[in-house]
Amino acid sequence: MNGAQDLGGMMGFGPVNPEPNEPPFHGDWEKRALAVTLACGALGEWNLDASRHARETLPPPEYLTSSYYEIWTKGLVKLLAARGLVTPGELEAGRSLAPPRSTAKPPVTADRVAPMLARGGPCDREPAGPARFAVGDRVRTKVMNPTGHTRLPRYARGKAGVVESVHGAFVFPDKNAHGFGENPQWLYGVRFEGAELWGEGADPTVLVSVDCWEPYLEPVA
Amino acid sequence: MSHDHSHDHHHHHDHDGSELSETALRVRALESILTEKGLIDPAALDVMIETYETRIGPRNGARVVAKAWADPAYAERLRRDATAAIAELGYGGRQGEHMVAVWNTPEEHNMVVCTLCSCYPWPVLGLPPVWYKSAPYRSRAVIDPRGVLAEFGVTLPEATRIKVWDSTAEVRYLVIPMRPAGAEGWSEERLADLVTRDSMIGTGLALRPEEVRP
Repeated sequence: MNGAQDLGGMMGFGPVNPEPNEPPFHGDWEKRALAVTLACGALGEWNLDASRHARETLPPPEYLTSSYYEIWTKGLVKLLAARGLVTPGELEAGRSLAPPRSTAKPPVTADRVAPMLARGGPCDREPAGPARFAVGDRVRTKVMNPTGHTRLPRYARGKAGVVESVHGAFVFPDKNAHGFGENPQWLYGVRFEGAELWGEGADPTVLVSVDCWEPYLEPVA
Repeated sequence: MSHDHSHDHHHHHDHDGSELSETALRVRALESILTEKGLIDPAALDVMIETYETRIGPRNGARVVAKAWADPAYAERLRRDATAAIAELGYGGRQGEHMVAVWNTPEEHNMVVCTLCSCYPWPVLGLPPVWYKSAPYRSRAVIDPRGVLAEFGVTLPEATRIKVWDSTAEVRYLVIPMRPAGAEGWSEERLADLVTRDSMIGTGLALRPEEVRP
């Protein structure tokens, strides 16, 4: 979706402000926000793509004025409410008002954290068929404006580039985010010239590589 | 760390402190309700926090880079299969399941961004800094990387190509900065002192030997 998360090429946000010797967290609430988000994710009630979509569906004014852990927390509240795990009434009351239902996976316990983080969530899958493109192929990204989740940024739609790597078949976020299954698709690293993306006045020394799933791409003759 | 301090670094927009504390209260309420329901275990949360505060950070990535500088056979394995080569040093897992290492050269400088969210190679760099997740960096890294680099104090030769990697999928990129001159014969552990977090994102360069204490 064309939400506020899709920031590439926007202007007016001002300079980047790196904080010297930045700590991992700014305040205890950020620590708990991260950990609650990871622990809830481990319940298996939604996938990574769904959680990204929950964040990017925040209204643009809200997204752009929220800190990153605020965005995470707001996304988590939506996911928990949509699955009936924590209702808005419970959040308002600050306590549980109904017994929990069983979840797809059991709650993660302290002893299971290290193995869980070490395993991660690999997203490569067996391909359903052969790759359509090879390294060196010229491709063009589709012009598309899906209302659901996608990982093709606006600045890279309808642009010609060159396949520079074939990563393998990966879970397709555009389907997976909406509960339509993993639908693995070939994933390619596609290189674009700065001038192709940004036109006149673009820095001629800039190249941008975007990872693109096969359904985003068309061949260029 | 006071709320005011965190406010300063989190909000580039006109927020007041009350909203921050509102979110903090919401997080507390969520944790409390979920704990009451038995859906989360606060002890598990503590372990997660401790892991990312103390065990997983950019020193991991620095060791990978230092080894790649010092050991050509390792560098070759890192080029072929970065996930496996990084796992040799004991690093991997969440947000580092599919790693690719990209090498800076005098001709080409690499820089990593996630314009769509905050994708970042956690096992080698830790959690991303606020600026990496912020609108200024995400919006400009792909259209004006040279301008962004200038804000980090990095000026590259005009002819150097800048290759920006937008992390749109689950592949995570680690920049291997150029090895500075003057550190010949250094041990890997000492070389790792030259490798900053930003140099592995591509918004910095490796330190010169004279920039670190002997």
